[in-house]
Amino acid sequence: MTVTAWTAAQVARKVIDNKEFFILDVRNADAFEEWKIDGHNFDYVNIPYFELLDGVEEILPQIPTDKDVLVVCAKEGSSIMVADMLSEAGREVGYLAGGMKSWSMYLEPIKVGDLANGGELYQFVRLGKGCLSYMAISEGEAAIIDAVRFTEVFTKFAEDKDVQIKHVFDTHLHADHISGGRHIAEVTGATYYLPPKDAEEVVFDYAPLEDGLTVNIGSSAIEVGALYSPGHTIGSTSFVIDGKYLLTGDILFIDSIGRPDLAGLAEDWVGDLRETLYARYRTLAEDLIVLPAHFMIMDELNADGTVAKRLGDLFAENHGLNVEDEEAFRSMVTDNLPPQPNAYQEIRHVNMGKITPDNDEQTEMEIGPNRCAVR
Amino acid sequence: MIKADVQLDAKGLACPMPIVKTKKAMNDVAEGQVLEIQATDKGSVADLAAWSKTVGHQYIGSQEDNGVFYHYIRKCNQEASEVAEKTFAYTATNEEAIVSGATILDVREAAEYAFGHIPGAVSIPMGELAQRMNELQQDEAIYVICRTGTRSDMAAQQLAEAGFTNIKNVLPGMVGYEGELAKEVN
Repeated sequence: MTVTAWTAAQVARKVIDNKEFFILDVRNADAFEEWKIDGHNFDYVNIPYFELLDGVEEILPQIPTDKDVLVVCAKEGSSIMVADMLSEAGREVGYLAGGMKSWSMYLEPIKVGDLANGGELYQFVRLGKGCLSYMAISEGEAAIIDAVRFTEVFTKFAEDKDVQIKHVFDTHLHADHISGGRHIAEVTGATYYLPPKDAEEVVFDYAPLEDGLTVNIGSSAIEVGALYSPGHTIGSTSFVIDGKYLLTGDILFIDSIGRPDLAGLAEDWVGDLRETLYARYRTLAEDLIVLPAHFMIMDELNADGTVAKRLGDLFAENHGLNVEDEEAFRSMVTDNLPPQPNAYQEIRHVNMGKITPDNDEQTEMEIGPNRCAVR
Repeated sequence: MIKADVQLDAKGLACPMPIVKTKKAMNDVAEGQVLEIQATDKGSVADLAAWSKTVGHQYIGSQEDNGVFYHYIRKCNQEASEVAEKTFAYTATNEEAIVSGATILDVREAAEYAFGHIPGAVSIPMGELAQRMNELQQDEAIYVICRTGTRSDMAAQQLAEAGFTNIKNVLPGMVGYEGELAKEVN
């Protein structure tokens, strides 16, 4: 039997198309417990590769023969070894090329919708990490919001679409992933914007992203308007694009809300978070489509793979927007928070420009789920 | 440098090779001896610990120096050594040994001692005891400790037979010790 190498892009199609898939994850139990490839119709077995050094005979009954089987490990070496052994035992299996490392890096661009005058809005879904980035394009120009560090994906996409990147925004100083914003701005000559209140310690120049700032994309003016919305961080800023889309950053997600503690100030910022979610956002049109910077669980994905929902629906359905009692809200977002994302302090320092780790070190820092939300 | 009985160079090798090589190398390590594995693959840290647990060896610890991880694993045969009968008549609890203020003699391997021992404990690995007994006073109170009380039981007997008069075997040993640990690793 042959062993097939699957790319992260092929696995992403399985996720987005809700296909059945069987994953034999051969990483150690802790790594699997913390973070795996999520899919609606995926089945899993976790058997560490080091328990299979003497052969795979014993696990054959656990491996189905009626669906695609993918062996997954951290980088790929161990999954190739196990896939080869299964293949020798007569099974047809594949392995994930590049392992979880490549899964963490893969971005799937999906069109969210059309903007006025032929413009388009794209969401870049980083399935392995739950990060969402955005590119709005119109009449030869583009704006990017919350770009992750795989900057060539964005610059290549802009080239393919024949648009020039003019504006690059980060809604806040990210703590769970390394921003690609500054680098994209450097290589394209675009302007890089950060909220000044999040940027007190940054060591590079940036344009201030402040409440009420608007920029236009293309000559016929698709408007990208900034709305100060603190709470996840003190500088967190949302965007309204073309009067139709509300980009909420890490303040409001589909099934959860932002956590206020990743810069160490949960108690101070909980009031801001409440104000943003229960006062500022309430004044906006309910028909705005909310586009967050993260998703946490697969149920937050729509059938087409996008992560987007009407603001009015979130007011009705999102638990975090329906805690009437202020004290109960305070306790929800400050007590019993989930563990903080891997290496979040170092990641903040990278995003401030204070440290410049190499590519491998950056990959290592970003291992694991994003954990920016409280439910 | 931590003393180990056998060394394995797995530097530059990617997963799964550090563990494949470790498994093979373990065949040539005698029971109770310590294998040092040098690896550069970061994944080796969690995986070697988990593998050791799976197969029943004692994962002592690892430390990083200049991008190289040094892992220490002690070969165990669980059925044989862990439940071996302890025959030395004079025993003391961990607490009694600590409050006594007397000499605590740690007879575990050097690597085990380096990764955590009772502050002030003296290290003479079991295998070196016969040659190094002269470092100890025959009439002083000595509390002999190891991980589970088995090696210290044998050491206590050996010392008593050599004429030491005030020897106690400490039970349960380091497995039951939750106090402050002194370490000789970074």
